[in-house]
Amino acid sequence: MGIRAYGKSREEVFAHAALGMMSLILDVESVSLRERKDVKARASGPEELLVKWLSEVLFLVETEGWAFGDFEVREVTEELAEGWGWGEPLDPAKHKVSGEIKAATYHMLQLKRENDTWIAQVIFDV
Amino acid sequence: MGFLDKVKQIDEYAWEIPADAREGMRVPGIVFADREILEKADADNALQQVANVACLPGIVRASMAMPDIHWGYGFPIGGVAATLAEEGVISPGGVGYDISCGVRLVLTSLGWEEAKEKLPELLDMLNASVPKGLGTKGRIHLERREVERLMADGAPELVARGIGWEEDLEAMEERGRYPGADPSKVSERAFARGKDQVGTLGSGNHFLEIQVVEETRPPAEKLGLFEGQLVVMVHSGSRGLGHQICTDYIDVMGASIKKYGYSLPDRQLVCAPVESREGRDYLAAMACAANFAMCNREAITHWIRECFEKVFRAGARSLGMHVLYDVSHNLAKMEEHVVDGKRLTLMVHRKGATRAFPGSRPEVPDKYAETGQPVIIPGDMGSHSYVLVGTEEALEKSFGSTCHGAGRTMSRKAAKKQVRGEELKRRLEGMGILVRAAQLSGLAEEAPEAYKDVRAVVQICEGAGLSRRVARMRPVAVMKG
Repeated sequence: MGIRAYGKSREEVFAHAALGMMSLILDVESVSLRERKDVKARASGPEELLVKWLSEVLFLVETEGWAFGDFEVREVTEELAEGWGWGEPLDPAKHKVSGEIKAATYHMLQLKRENDTWIAQVIFDV
Repeated sequence: MGFLDKVKQIDEYAWEIPADAREGMRVPGIVFADREILEKADADNALQQVANVACLPGIVRASMAMPDIHWGYGFPIGGVAATLAEEGVISPGGVGYDISCGVRLVLTSLGWEEAKEKLPELLDMLNASVPKGLGTKGRIHLERREVERLMADGAPELVARGIGWEEDLEAMEERGRYPGADPSKVSERAFARGKDQVGTLGSGNHFLEIQVVEETRPPAEKLGLFEGQLVVMVHSGSRGLGHQICTDYIDVMGASIKKYGYSLPDRQLVCAPVESREGRDYLAAMACAANFAMCNREAITHWIRECFEKVFRAGARSLGMHVLYDVSHNLAKMEEHVVDGKRLTLMVHRKGATRAFPGSRPEVPDKYAETGQPVIIPGDMGSHSYVLVGTEEALEKSFGSTCHGAGRTMSRKAAKKQVRGEELKRRLEGMGILVRAAQLSGLAEEAPEAYKDVRAVVQICEGAGLSRRVARMRPVAVMKG
């Protein structure tokens, strides 16, 4: 299972990829955007950074029992992504949890720019 | 796709992908399958993955796939690859994200006829007692040091705390303690993901199922199996801990791959020499996950016994609730095998494949020396599961390996599109199978039509000599994460 996300900037495509991933786990529309949590990832290259960024979101979902309903990304460089997600404590019934993601993988991973659009493709192990 | 025209048939159930089918193959590929399964494996690129695995440094004899072969990340699911322990590599992708995912079968002395009236009560109690699904924490609350001890020492440590029975250890691979575990090689993140998950079922294809033994063959009696018997199957793994360890070491080995000069056809196949810092660290962390997974299934067994005791008003021992065996179907193990007349120490990767040793191997518990090691094969929801035993022939043909289950034919997403959870629940209940699921859409992902026919898979394993059928069980109640 995977996602293809689009954005006008690197920041936007990272935010959209995270939201797309969350939508595979639960119903993002049902999440109240009550609290902000910082998300930060480092890597040695842009594609790897995307995997690390999404892994960080998964980590927060699992260890803090957190449901994200939206993301905002402040800055994405070649090696660093910084931003935050909005959401609330995970409630499987309210958020209509539909599955669990074990990991974001490097399989068929893509991060590229076509004209003015950034495109991110990530496959997950579920 | 496109490997089919290169494949040569060896015998009725074995096919060879010659070592010149793609550049870089060091050994041929061998797929145990019938033509239909082979064609499907080609269509979903799994044959290409068998050929890719054949490129791993130090691989011996062949890159193999069991009859439940399907596409996976890097390695195909159902893949078996043995590399030289001294000069070969270890690949986290050859173990998978759910390290030591496995199955165990808990026996009872209860017959279906005497138990069936209590089934709904039993299932509800199990459903309330065994945590499952995303965002649920386990019932065992442990300090960091205690979790480290479980990772280092495995199931004996849990049994020492009064969870599980001493004799259960006899029925576990490595007696419940995978050697070489070192918690200092497990990242903080992996630790954080796993610490509250001891004794949780998880989600995806993990389940707890109450089954009735429907058909038996010798040596079923010697294994304590009889027709009409109520048994319980548990399918779970190392949860977030294992997922994170795999993620961490794919990164570690991704960074070190240049240093070792390996060129691989797929990044998910990253690897490092078994005898390197990266290789040894991964194996020490993987062993922690294996120990954690065995503890996880042992804790779940403890709660299953408690539920049976309450419902049947008798002690679990007098209810005959022994563990038949506990197998891991995602693991790498150091084993000795004879290859071309030479005894070699090998790192045997099994990803979605089960060890199936004959009784002559020292790894098999004494009590199964005569019968061979029991192999537990879960079916998909609504279909049969099997108990098999290992064979001498499997040792010769597949490093003592057999299938692990039915194998997907439909992606989870496709299954969700075609099958509605509520509908499936009704359909299963119409077949006399009670269902409790954390999420109904998750239930649809595991719909029977998403899997190959487990009967066909098991028949091919038997036909190819990889294991022998001993018992067939039908599900009567399913609890899914």
